[in-house]
Amino acid sequence: MSKVFAFHGGVHPPENKKQSSRAPIGKAPLPARLVLPMQQHIGGPADPLVKVGDRVLKGQLIAEPIGRISASIHAPTSGIVVDIAAYPIPHASGLSAECIVIEPDGEEQWVEHQGLGDYKALNRQELIEHIRRSGIAGMGGAGFPTDVKLHLSEDHIVNTLIINAAECEPYITADDMLMRERAHEVIGGIEVIAHLLRPSHILIGIEDNKPNAIHALQSALKHCDLNIDVIVVPTKYPSGGERQLIKLLTDIEVPSGRIPADIGIVCQNVGTTSAVYRAVHRGEPLISRIVTVTGDAVRHPQNLETLLGTPFSTLLEACDLRPEALARLVLGGPMMGVTVDNDRIPVIKTTNCLIAATEQEMPPAPPAQACIRCGMCEQACPADLLPQQLYWFSKGREFDKAKNHNLFDCIECGACAYVCPSNIPLVQYYRFAKSEIRTEEREQQKADHARERFEARQARLEREAAEKEAKRKARAAEAAKAQEQRKAQAEQPASEAPAASASPDIKQLKTAAAVARTKLKKAQKAYDEGAAASVDNLAELEAALNDARQKAEAAEQALSAGSPAPSGGGDDQLKQLKVAAAVARTKLKKAQDALKSAEDKGLDGIDKLRATVETLEQKASEAQQAFDAAQKTSAPAAVENAPQPEPNSPESGIDAKALKQQVSIMRTKLKKSQTALDSCEDAEEKARLEQEVADLKQRFDQATAAFEKAEQAQIEAAAKDGVDLKQLRIDAAMARAAVTKSERALSKAESDDERSTIEQDLVAAREKAETLNQTLSQYE
Amino acid sequence: MALIHLSSPHVSKANSTADVMRLVLIATLPGILAMTVFFGWGTLVQIALASVLALGFEAAILKLRKRPLGFFLKDGSALVTAVLLAVAIPPFSSWWVTATGIFFAIVIAKQLYGGLGNNPFNPAMVAYALLLVSFPVEMTRWTSPITQNGEGWQVAGLLETLQVIFGSVEATWYDSFTGATPLDVLKHRAGQTTEEIWRQSDVLINGVAAWYAVSAAWFMGGIFLLSRKIFTWHAPLSMLIALFLMASMFYGFDPDNYVSPVVHLGVGATMLGAFFIVTDPVSSATSNRGKVIYGAAIGVLIYIIRTWGNYPDAVAFSVLLLNLCAPFIDQYTQPRTYGHKRANRGMKGKS
Repeated sequence: MSKVFAFHGGVHPPENKKQSSRAPIGKAPLPARLVLPMQQHIGGPADPLVKVGDRVLKGQLIAEPIGRISASIHAPTSGIVVDIAAYPIPHASGLSAECIVIEPDGEEQWVEHQGLGDYKALNRQELIEHIRRSGIAGMGGAGFPTDVKLHLSEDHIVNTLIINAAECEPYITADDMLMRERAHEVIGGIEVIAHLLRPSHILIGIEDNKPNAIHALQSALKHCDLNIDVIVVPTKYPSGGERQLIKLLTDIEVPSGRIPADIGIVCQNVGTTSAVYRAVHRGEPLISRIVTVTGDAVRHPQNLETLLGTPFSTLLEACDLRPEALARLVLGGPMMGVTVDNDRIPVIKTTNCLIAATEQEMPPAPPAQACIRCGMCEQACPADLLPQQLYWFSKGREFDKAKNHNLFDCIECGACAYVCPSNIPLVQYYRFAKSEIRTEEREQQKADHARERFEARQARLEREAAEKEAKRKARAAEAAKAQEQRKAQAEQPASEAPAASASPDIKQLKTAAAVARTKLKKAQKAYDEGAAASVDNLAELEAALNDARQKAEAAEQALSAGSPAPSGGGDDQLKQLKVAAAVARTKLKKAQDALKSAEDKGLDGIDKLRATVETLEQKASEAQQAFDAAQKTSAPAAVENAPQPEPNSPESGIDAKALKQQVSIMRTKLKKSQTALDSCEDAEEKARLEQEVADLKQRFDQATAAFEKAEQAQIEAAAKDGVDLKQLRIDAAMARAAVTKSERALSKAESDDERSTIEQDLVAAREKAETLNQTLSQYE
Repeated sequence: MALIHLSSPHVSKANSTADVMRLVLIATLPGILAMTVFFGWGTLVQIALASVLALGFEAAILKLRKRPLGFFLKDGSALVTAVLLAVAIPPFSSWWVTATGIFFAIVIAKQLYGGLGNNPFNPAMVAYALLLVSFPVEMTRWTSPITQNGEGWQVAGLLETLQVIFGSVEATWYDSFTGATPLDVLKHRAGQTTEEIWRQSDVLINGVAAWYAVSAAWFMGGIFLLSRKIFTWHAPLSMLIALFLMASMFYGFDPDNYVSPVVHLGVGATMLGAFFIVTDPVSSATSNRGKVIYGAAIGVLIYIIRTWGNYPDAVAFSVLLLNLCAPFIDQYTQPRTYGHKRANRGMKGKS
């Protein structure tokens, strides 16, 4: 497997590698101070383990990783910790971050360390943990903690291990020199990594501009048992890009948004393999690396083995910088490197190159000309994008279109900007667009989050309110129950009590009954209309009618059940029963009419109607019976009550009033019963009714007698209190008249809306009348 | 030490838009030479006139638009427009024809749209179409090539040419130095078959060789630009292939009434169009795939207009029509990005 494939695009910038690869790897001088940023890698910053003033030994752990993706940091030399504070770090932002500053004592005193010996005998986890403890992070540029990548074989199938030795950026020769001089370390490191990942292929991708390194690797491979292929790829920037190298060596593309491990490939940089070798075989943590110091502004460009934390100024001095010629200090390569604005910034694990460029070498970009869409950028793009379109979209802030043109697949390699004849800083436009899109997305997320939180809060408040309401209702119900119990207890000995306490329930029941009646009326109307028009769904209507009727009856029953039996409450019950009986009769009549008309027309639903009429007849008689029964119970009560109360006692007033009412009611009932008797056709029933009427008559007489007696006593009692009983009586009478008026209006009302309004008025009027009656009763 | 922060990349290829334009101008030299050889001094006079006018108009409008003069004049795009229009119009056109064309190309078609890079239509072709529609007589009075004028290099003298362009001459003067183009002759054939007309017409017997030679010169310039990677092969090749296939198909069915594909490729503005007009990056489709579609559509349109349209040649109209379509083509011809299963289509695809 040594075929080389191709990736789209790419450019051939001047290599400028010769300058720094002539001299062997030198050793950077020990600086006065080493500044070690806590974050030299991708992931969480490490946590310092030392205090200011501590003496540390070379290779001693001074900061431990926090979290899964993080790396430890070790003292690069022995010395004293003099400061732990924020210092400028090598980052595109130019910001400062927490660093440990060590003042070397020059003794280079190592902490106790030794290699693992036969690492293959070790448990895999222990071996990876050892590499993690050694603080190794990817040394190619990104600085991804290496131990995390070594775990990849646990949840991915790793077929191929690719060692990235392409070093495609111009100027940089750190990997080249490493391979030339320490090829055995590279191979040794690969063996360790291969032992952990167990790939079936190991490929070293190297550009053909490094013949010496290729030769050195191939020589070193002779002593290696593993099947490692050194694949020489043509020199073309950016062949060292992870995705581009994978395409070059395997012809597989890493899917957008995925990692190489998803397609069974793990990439490691050659520098990283060397660091792994040193950690495993010598027990040396990552405390130094090779840095290329080059550029026309240094007289002796070369590679230096540099302790991490060494400031750039030390390296530049070691290479004999011409400060007057320095125009631009670039960290990394000329294509993707970042400029730094001062030379006190330290070398970290990812620092592979430092270019001290002169003005002639890296002149400031000329002013950008108009894009003529020449398409050179498109031909150069290694990600197969349309840079010219992305430029237009980014410039015009058409970020949706930019996203649609796969802006986020841009690796910012700079090939497009390199070839642009109009000198447009394309990469900057893409970075701008990406950051704008990310900001927008963050804002959107924030807004979504805020909205969700608001909605959750609203829901919570509503829930709480509902719970509160439910509790309140429960309390009210309990209270009502308790009250009823108390009342029942009170009624037990006294056998009667004022109905006032039960009035809320009764009110509610009354309203419910009224509503049910309205519904019933509606249903009835609909049914009648249906019957008249002989619609098909007569049965349905009838069902609805029956349903409504049942409900109305249930409501009325509930009302009558809820009304405290005899005395004042009995009055209401009686009224209800009366109404029920009347309604039943009306219904019966209507049904009879409907039946008649149906019979006339010879409709299909006639049997049903007939049955309905029968049912209604039955119900009408039942209602009448119920009414009669109620009357019977109330009448004797009135009769019984009459003689009992002391004429002069105030309590007797209630009885007197009740008596009066009973008397008037008796009168009406009697009349009604007689009417019923007249209209009744059934002979048996007639006889029974006649009997009842006679009975009622007798009771009426009794009640009248009792009432008269009681009234006389009341008048006498009221006169004693000096209350204008007459006036009160007039008021009460007027209220009652209002009730009657409302009742009449109700019967006349046609529209349902009107009816319900009047019904409400009626309820209100009844209440008023009741209140007045009560007041009156206090004095009667 | 105080250093500046700059965004990567820190190096760039030593090329510029002016270099691109300069290369295009160099690539027109063989064509200009061939036209001068075969049609006389007119072409050179037109180029000089058009260039001066173009730079003048460009400077004036840049001044009006308050843009830096030197920076924009140096990009050379006005010169390219001037040369392309100058070689497209008849060599003996009057100065005011050229002036009108250049004014329209530079001021209206280019600068009023925002200058270089923002013009939706090819400025030279907008001007050419305007002139053809406005001054049909002047625009169809092509110079006869020397191959029709007997032995030796018998062309109108330089002074005479200047007189024709800047002054006026007797109408009969034109008769001795101008004539129909091969495409004219083949179009207005008065019922003759292709073969008959090839036997009879002097334009076709003696003149067509000159046209082939000029086309070959343009082709050479095009190959030069292609080798310098100023443009890719996609648009010109697909245009030529489309035109060739269309012509072959109809000629194959009915050689009496249709013109042979070789003539279609060899005469008229086919080669000039393929390598210098269709490849104008600003107004054409931008992706490689888009360029193929763009070029092929132009090729088909050229054949259709030449064969069934009212005008003998059709490069300008075809290019302008496809300029209109270019943004649309761009939306549907994105390349498949690395790591993606398929290319996005249109504007609403998943990103």
